[in-house]
Amino acid sequence: MEQAPRDPERQLQPAPLEPLGCPDAGLGAAVGKEAAGAGEEDSGVDTMTHNNFWLKKIEISVSEAEKRTGRNAMNMQETYTAYLIETRSVEHTDGQSVLTDSLWRRYSEFELLRNYLLVYYPHIVVPPLPEKRAEFVWHKLSADNMDPDFVERRRIGLENFLLRIASHPILCRDKIFYLFLTQEGNWKETVNETGFQLKADSRLKALNATFRVKNPDKRFTDLKHYSDELQSVISHLLRVRARVADRLYGVYKVHGNYGRVEWSAIEKEMGDGLQSAGHHMDVYASSIDDILEDEEHYADQLKEYLFYAEALRAVCRKHELMQYDLEMAAQDLASKKQQCEELATGTVRTFSLKGMTTKLFGQETPEQREARIKVLEEQINEGEQQLKSKNLEGREFVKNAWADIERFKEQKNRDLKEALISYAVMQISMCKKGIQVWTNAKECFSKM
Amino acid sequence: MWAGCPLLVAHLPVYLSVLGIPLVTVTAANTLVVLDLILPNGGTPAGTSSPASSSSLLNRLQLDDDIDGETRDLFVIVDDPKKHVCTMETYITYRITTKSTRVEFDLPEYSVRRRYQDFDWLRSKLEESQPTHLIPVGKSHCLFVAHTMHQGAALLAAGAYEVGTGSSKPLPEKFVVKGVVDRFSEEFVETRRKALDKFLKRITDHPVLSFNEHFNVFLTAKDLNAYKKQGIALLTRMGESVKHVTGGYKLRTRPLEFAAIGDYLDTFALKLGTIDRIAQRIIKEEIEYLVELREYGPVYSTWSALEGELAEPLEGVSACIGNCSTALEELTDDMTEDFLPVLREYILYSDSMKPCILASLFHKALKLKNLSVLKKRDQVQAEYEAKLEAVALRKEDRPKVPADVEKCQDRMECFNADLKADMERWQNNKRQDFRQLLMGMADKNIQYYEKCLMAWESIIPLLQEKQEAKHLSLAEINRHDLEIMVTVERLVPFGILLILEDIVSAATNHVETKNSIDDSGIKYYS
Repeated sequence: MEQAPRDPERQLQPAPLEPLGCPDAGLGAAVGKEAAGAGEEDSGVDTMTHNNFWLKKIEISVSEAEKRTGRNAMNMQETYTAYLIETRSVEHTDGQSVLTDSLWRRYSEFELLRNYLLVYYPHIVVPPLPEKRAEFVWHKLSADNMDPDFVERRRIGLENFLLRIASHPILCRDKIFYLFLTQEGNWKETVNETGFQLKADSRLKALNATFRVKNPDKRFTDLKHYSDELQSVISHLLRVRARVADRLYGVYKVHGNYGRVEWSAIEKEMGDGLQSAGHHMDVYASSIDDILEDEEHYADQLKEYLFYAEALRAVCRKHELMQYDLEMAAQDLASKKQQCEELATGTVRTFSLKGMTTKLFGQETPEQREARIKVLEEQINEGEQQLKSKNLEGREFVKNAWADIERFKEQKNRDLKEALISYAVMQISMCKKGIQVWTNAKECFSKM
Repeated sequence: MWAGCPLLVAHLPVYLSVLGIPLVTVTAANTLVVLDLILPNGGTPAGTSSPASSSSLLNRLQLDDDIDGETRDLFVIVDDPKKHVCTMETYITYRITTKSTRVEFDLPEYSVRRRYQDFDWLRSKLEESQPTHLIPVGKSHCLFVAHTMHQGAALLAAGAYEVGTGSSKPLPEKFVVKGVVDRFSEEFVETRRKALDKFLKRITDHPVLSFNEHFNVFLTAKDLNAYKKQGIALLTRMGESVKHVTGGYKLRTRPLEFAAIGDYLDTFALKLGTIDRIAQRIIKEEIEYLVELREYGPVYSTWSALEGELAEPLEGVSACIGNCSTALEELTDDMTEDFLPVLREYILYSDSMKPCILASLFHKALKLKNLSVLKKRDQVQAEYEAKLEAVALRKEDRPKVPADVEKCQDRMECFNADLKADMERWQNNKRQDFRQLLMGMADKNIQYYEKCLMAWESIIPLLQEKQEAKHLSLAEINRHDLEIMVTVERLVPFGILLILEDIVSAATNHVETKNSIDDSGIKYYS
């Protein structure tokens, strides 16, 4: 997907927009060797085998979750869940894995990592985190963050998040990501030291740009529409699915009532048949719990892409921002050139403050004018340089972003197809179980 | 009372065992009784009944014991509803076709037309011949005969009819037009025809009632109205004599056996009622599930419209869910239209058997109180005992049991056999019916799941369809970039134009492109 980087230095830095917190070159080399490569995991994240120029493979897993209590920023007691991240490096030769690092992180640290990545890789569709709070719950599911099922699903989600990053050709090389996996203490400080928060685009600025940009790349505009609609349709789907799950639960559970009718006391010949059929109904009623648990996994896969829609929008926003910036800079340059021209030729074409004051207070001296022309010319030069680099940046951005978007599209199609297949398989299994139970019951009835 | 019918008591254990009810032994003095059976034509002969009637009853029992109906000799069908418009009224008649080899019928085949009020008349006549009003049997007031009629009547009633289990069934909406029942709607007429047909078939199947004189007339008479007017006097007399007897009769305690049978039947009805409620609840939940499914499927279609490669798979899933929804709808329809009504009928039937059974028992026991019978019995008894004594004293051979005592015994056994046969038949039918019902329900559910299974299995290949993996080469990316339209726009009023072009800078294939365009990518004009 990504072409072989020509510049080894470029390989180690975040995307070449602005040189930021310069990573240690030596460490960077180590990063290149160790942290790169696809993480092999059973959550279904594809390995980039056709880009396999990494020396070692690493395996990442979020293996445990633990409830902790501690003091938060406001020195108040709080309970939170910590997750154990284990990294194993897989020896190429014999496939054995050696535990290289293991540390505990909580959800907020994952968020910090992601926010950092969003700032430093605005052209990348950054993998989303699992939801902060349980949404789209159907009645049996708890909306409580401390609920063990929720924690378990979140654990899987966090693992998925890390694996997505590790298998991304660009993100996997990030130093902060590497430290996230390896450096328990002080990591937060390290991240904050990069000063990424300051570099983040303000939301207001981004909103402004969205409205005022004149000439965004049409592909991004289309992509933005697509991500809006995707978000809307998946939300709807998840909502209805939750209701469907609710109702299905009701149907199955109500069948359990059959089993509670006591026949053997009054019926001699029919009693046995009826009681054993009742037992099968109980089996039927209790089977729904597992079925719906499996379906939650499907819902989680859909949710990931729901949140990915937001990541797509973030890239579009960045483009709009850059484009707007460019347009503003060009406009500014143009106006300066205009001014310069006017001063040089002495003609006043437009209304300007200078023109007015000239009229009011008299013409300025030739020396003054020369000085001003000179200043302007300098500014123009600067402006041209800036515009040039901005333009370059813009094109770079578009190119890189679009490459990643294409990669993302492939990934999405693959993943969602797999999700649909596994959903169909779940349904098939459910139908087969149903047939089995009712066939058994029918047999009991026939023996009555 | 029990002192007077030891043989009845002696045989009660037999048919109670058929029910599977733990027995309570009753001791009674060992006296002989003369029992009178209620003859099919509704009359009760004073004194002894003829042997002919006992043996013919046995014959009939044998015939009716054959459940398969291979030796059935009476067939009745209700069909061909027709509307009659007269000056005073409009009404519907149904054609009754009867085929029979019984001696009671002059011709082998009959075809008559009857209207609803004729059926009603028949019902009341049959009820009279079975004096259920003697029986204090709790909430269920329906003789199975009556109940079948009531089922038809229930279709009329805007309200509910009470069933022993306490469930009520309001009129299905389709029959109500502006709050009034549409008696002439096709659906209603058909439903009623079915109910009436069932009603007559029930009577046909009954070993005693099918020989009822009124039933015969109903099936055969050209002019039923004339007969209706005529027969009243005689029957009223008969009914009154029975009532008269009951007037003087007081039960001190309800016999335990009756209680046992009654309780069993009550409990059974309750259980069935529970099954009915559970089934209703399930159907309700399934319908709500169906509503959600109907919304769920189309969302996949909406999604499919947004996508490219995923469009087909998503559309496939949407269609699949649609198929499952349809299958579920079929299941709930079946359950509502087949299972529940049949179950309810079954409940009613079981429920109404109770008074019928108890009625038979009671009535027969009651008949024992008939003074003339008792007198005769005492006489016969005394004679017999005297003879026994004489024999004992004289050590002679036991005298032959007097003929009429024998007849009594025969009759007794007939009665017991009759009742036993009744109970056994009922028990067997009950088991069979119930089994059929439940197996049918299981079948419907199996079919539902099979339909869903088929739908999902058929979609798997569609989902797995592999499109050519798109490894986007850089060339493709670049091509995309170049395809971007170069837009030109007036940015500021003084005519400076900005053209922005996206140029692939690092692409190896497009070095020429790069060189040909100004590096700044901006051209401006004055």
